[in-house]
Amino acid sequence: MTEEPKKPCCACDAAPKLIFACSGAADVGQVSDLAARKLTAEGAGKMFCLAGIGGRVGGILETTKAAAAILAIDGCPLDCGRKTLEEAGFTRFEHLRLNDLGMEKGKTAATPDHVDQVVGRGRTRLAEAAGGA
Amino acid sequence: MKLIQVLGPGCPKCEKLKHNAEAAVAQSGVEAAVEKITDINVITGFGVMMTPALAVDGEVKLVGKVPSVEEIKKLLT
Repeated sequence: MTEEPKKPCCACDAAPKLIFACSGAADVGQVSDLAARKLTAEGAGKMFCLAGIGGRVGGILETTKAAAAILAIDGCPLDCGRKTLEEAGFTRFEHLRLNDLGMEKGKTAATPDHVDQVVGRGRTRLAEAAGGA
Repeated sequence: MKLIQVLGPGCPKCEKLKHNAEAAVAQSGVEAAVEKITDINVITGFGVMMTPALAVDGEVKLVGKVPSVEEIKKLLT
């Protein structure tokens, strides 16, 4: 019996859950970035390029419009991630601020413990957002 | 001449989008070529994470849905 050739993996089935990290220069920006990458690795969502939102890159904007859920992770109260999304017209998204988790800018090393704390919160927020969508 | 790119690995939705794009070109009279892109690496290079998607002259206009012929005609004019 011959096996049918596999069709290429199709991305038509489900809208993605997108994660935008501020990925800022400070330690909390690094934690936000690492957490977004870990959430992606474990399948909770897909990290996407916040710079593409700021740069108004068509493919990134249109993909974000089609997302099932959006999570923005900001390291500090400047909320650059949230503001970038809002400036581009996005209003329905979850927002996670590391400062609200007690992680202070300049005093929060990018340790696995800090990253895991953000991953746990991010996972929950994404699940809630997708469930309520 | 415009370049219309249909981004999708080849499922029925992607084929429907290509069909609609070709119909839109024929009906609008706009001089345009329709190209199908199935390589997932090229697709993600557009910043697209969900298919099908439609790009006109390299700019992504729609992602994750199959626009009607009329909708595509509007994008061409």
